[in-house]
Amino acid sequence: MKITDEMIDYIGILARLKLQDEEKETAKTEMEKIINYMDTLNTLDTTGIEAMSHAFPMNNVFREDVVKPSVDRDIITLNAPAKKDGCFKVPKTVE
Amino acid sequence: MEFLTTLGLEVHTELSTQTKIFCSCTTEFGGDPNTHVCEVCTGMPGTLPVLNEQVVEYAIRVGLATNCEITKYNKFDRKNYFYPDLPKAYQVSQLYAPICQNGHIDIEVGGVTKSIRIKEIHMEEDAGKLIHDPWDDCTLVDYNRCGVPLLEIVSEPDFCNGEEVIAYLTKLKSILQYTDVSDCKMEQGSLRADVNLSVRPVGTDELGTRTEMKNINSFKAIARAIEGERKRQIELIGEGKRVVQETRRWDDNKGSSFAMRSKENAQDYRYFPEPDLVPIEISDEWIERVRGELPELPDTKKKRYLANYGLPEYDVDIITGSKFLVKIFEEALEACGEAKEVSNWIMGEVLRLATDTSTDIEDINFTFANLGKLILLVKNNVINRGTAKEVFEKMFKENIEPEQYIKENGLEMVNDDGAVREVVVSVLQSNPNSVAEFKEGNDKVTRFLMGQCMKQLKGKADPGTVNVVIAEELAKM
Repeated sequence: MKITDEMIDYIGILARLKLQDEEKETAKTEMEKIINYMDTLNTLDTTGIEAMSHAFPMNNVFREDVVKPSVDRDIITLNAPAKKDGCFKVPKTVE
Repeated sequence: MEFLTTLGLEVHTELSTQTKIFCSCTTEFGGDPNTHVCEVCTGMPGTLPVLNEQVVEYAIRVGLATNCEITKYNKFDRKNYFYPDLPKAYQVSQLYAPICQNGHIDIEVGGVTKSIRIKEIHMEEDAGKLIHDPWDDCTLVDYNRCGVPLLEIVSEPDFCNGEEVIAYLTKLKSILQYTDVSDCKMEQGSLRADVNLSVRPVGTDELGTRTEMKNINSFKAIARAIEGERKRQIELIGEGKRVVQETRRWDDNKGSSFAMRSKENAQDYRYFPEPDLVPIEISDEWIERVRGELPELPDTKKKRYLANYGLPEYDVDIITGSKFLVKIFEEALEACGEAKEVSNWIMGEVLRLATDTSTDIEDINFTFANLGKLILLVKNNVINRGTAKEVFEKMFKENIEPEQYIKENGLEMVNDDGAVREVVVSVLQSNPNSVAEFKEGNDKVTRFLMGQCMKQLKGKADPGTVNVVIAEELAKM
């Protein structure tokens, strides 16, 4: 499958990435390789094999509904680039 | 041109588990910003979610209560989008195998029963809260709500008007409350509805282009949003314009909706299976246990009340519509066995006092069995109805015990015929003008005399008895 300029631009928007022209070229080549590898996988005969969503043969891993103390706010916001009034501060999103 | 409206609903309900869906932080509403958070619900790198079993249990419960098939083999999926209310940049949800499918809820509008199909119910996590800071012109993020478990209940587009939508939401809310899975407090966001709406000219089959209005949080606002959006779409078509498929935000203060910017809203979520959570297999035993533990649901309860108690359908609808009124009804009934009386008290004094004191029905907290006791005290002529209403107000506001209160305040009826007669005679003697008027044929004065007697008796006599004695004494004069 061919990765077009439009595709790269669109993926850039979805990923919130501003790519320079040369970065776009690199991304195009690499992404094409990844997609083409899927074609290789698709050549395998998987008749009768059920689709799996997880690598381990394991299910029903649960937690009991019991409250444990939360983490101190000062610690949780320690790495935040900006904070105010106990909140993470981000560029304006609300219309 | 006449138009038909088609509506579908996506309802989000926050589950009343103690902890969040993937971590052990509390789900308690409010709290200072970011005090109910940990490394998991703030999406710190390297952390792993662990599913709260109670969420699955609640989802099965709601699925069975809404006639759904329960999916035996469940998975979670990632819904990817960048927005600061989601610190991981994805929401864990269920796309490919939702836990409940193909259900229905029956609603009644204008005496006609209609079945609204439920397409699916899936489990997901709630997002954080964004607060606009006008001083810095920036956005502040509070993750306390982030990771609170949600069920999203998706209906088929089976509604024709706002009335049906409200009937469905009312029924759904009572089911969620009966099954104890959510407190459904719309003002706290634990029940929210997105409305999909399209119009098409009468006589055509193909559905029109739909718009979606998000997170409307009161029944009244939903009714207004539906009416507003229906008009807007019809006007557009009338002007020869096209309805654009988009998400709109309903502004209830302005009474109009506006489009949310499309770039922000690029609906390309690139769902894929959630690798951090293993699948969930739900056994038949699990489903049957939950089914066995389901409480009597609103429809069944309504039928039983109508069949057993001979109450008006309107009253039964109001009472069975709220699990809290049901609790009052059933506990008071058990104490007195007088269904009709209990129902009348609920429809009358209980609801009146709740309105007068701005008390939410669920916050009414007197000992409900005492209402039954009070009803028996009236029935056995210990107190009259007027006194009972006063005593009930005390019960409602201060949860007093009626028998003791009546004794302490000497509110028992004066059942002593002699005492009543004594008062009547003295009232007649001190009101010769009224007696004279009566003799001239003016019956109305008896009402005045009655009032005077009851005043002297401090309202504690049986009005019927007083009336008889007045008539007897007047006849003698």
